[in-house]
Amino acid sequence: MTDGVIDQMIVTHSAASPSPTPEALIAAVEQADSPERLLAAVQRLAASPSEVSIPTLIRVLGYNNAGAASLAMQGLVQLGAAAVAPLLDQLDDYNYGARAWAIRALVAIRDPRALEVLLSAAAADFAPSVRRAATKGLGTLLWQQLPDHQRWQAQARTLETLLTIAQDSDWSLRYAAIVGLQGLALALAPSRECNRIQQQLQQMTTDTDRAVLARARYALTVVGAAPETA
Amino acid sequence: MPESPLLPERDQPSSELAEAPSLTVEQAIAQLTDPDLSLRYYAAWWLGKFRVTDPAAVTALIAALEDDSDRTELGGYPLRRNAARALGKLDDRRAVPGLVRCLSCDDFYVREAAAQSLGMLGDASCVPELLKLLVGGLAAAQPVPGRPHLAQPVEAVVEAVGALAPQTPWEAEAIERVRPLLNHSLRRVQYAAARAMYQLTREAIYGDRLVQALSDPDVNLRRVALSDLGAVGYLPAAEAIATAAAENSFKLFSLKGLLEQQIYPEELQLSTAAVQLIELMDSLL
Repeated sequence: MTDGVIDQMIVTHSAASPSPTPEALIAAVEQADSPERLLAAVQRLAASPSEVSIPTLIRVLGYNNAGAASLAMQGLVQLGAAAVAPLLDQLDDYNYGARAWAIRALVAIRDPRALEVLLSAAAADFAPSVRRAATKGLGTLLWQQLPDHQRWQAQARTLETLLTIAQDSDWSLRYAAIVGLQGLALALAPSRECNRIQQQLQQMTTDTDRAVLARARYALTVVGAAPETA
Repeated sequence: MPESPLLPERDQPSSELAEAPSLTVEQAIAQLTDPDLSLRYYAAWWLGKFRVTDPAAVTALIAALEDDSDRTELGGYPLRRNAARALGKLDDRRAVPGLVRCLSCDDFYVREAAAQSLGMLGDASCVPELLKLLVGGLAAAQPVPGRPHLAQPVEAVVEAVGALAPQTPWEAEAIERVRPLLNHSLRRVQYAAARAMYQLTREAIYGDRLVQALSDPDVNLRRVALSDLGAVGYLPAAEAIATAAAENSFKLFSLKGLLEQQIYPEELQLSTAAVQLIELMDSLL
């Protein structure tokens, strides 16, 4: 199908209203027959996402087209809480690329219903890209949406998970752990846990990897503690 | 629509370690002269893969560079290829003279492996020998009919020259030999030349060529450009790297290369550029 046909289809569907219907935008994505057309169609769908477009946007995360997946993710993020349950239900166990994008969407939405999925993905996913995304996201969940008695336990488990990942042999996971710990420290301050995070960050300012060392120093300034010389 | 079947994550070590049959160092060295040619070939690969820097292993691999028994139907030297590849990983400059001799081997893949390994070993004294493979410029760097490669392994040579020749007496000659390849018909050769020219001259015009390569229609060449920009640490590329159409992991690793050049471990204060790079990297996790 040519771009012209897709455009015409959108025009036909939109005859009654000023903008194309969600159905027309979805059809354009599903019928795109080249990476370029897919990208253009996803861009239009993600620009005005509605709840009926959620399954299509989630499918695009698995098409192994980074540009389209990134746009689809942004569309899902705009939909916010409505996208959380479908993203969790349709997490792709076989395609780590799709899984990483779905996790990134959940991370940006920050809904604590994703906590269990993020904890297990951060600790043990097969794919480092999935682990990095989940690890970062553990720091910025909207904790206040949890009832008091659940919040404390959730934060304690998150802290232990992040402290473990901070010891990983892969620099990119230590880096992501710092980003997660920085977010958690801001959520927990002031507290004993927050001090524990600062101590961990302080240790990492002498990491053997320069990027990790730099990220730890930056995190300390963000959480309000100046990095100290050893 | 999927662009291509999913590949294993390329930014991470594979699980080969767990799968490789276990050998001892002594066994592997002994197998380099085993009557069974396939065992020799495997032993050469194994010694490189596990970075066995034992001097006896290096000596045995250097000897394997002269092997005449293992031949392909087309006259290639499989054992020499693997030995040359392995020696690049073992950080022992005793291998340099043997690798230089391999640069004039009839087998393209032996010459390619030797050039790559010479680039890794860091001994600039071989630059004049590497530059000989670029004599003839564009005309001599054309595809060989019926074979999947060019007449000379120009990408490997250019990459080695870019790594070794800066600030040596051969810098000017290197620039003269590499520059024509910016106009090669293959974009991957153009990009290799741009990277080397940036290393040789530090002129922004060549870094910017690599930034343009981030828009190449071929995703594999976009990934190569990301890796090249990270390797040379070209700071003005930061935004273009972050928005390139490639997987986040490739972009993250590329930006890490830029960040590393902005960090001085003894300096606690981060520069503005470093903080901007960190923010871009965070967004790609």
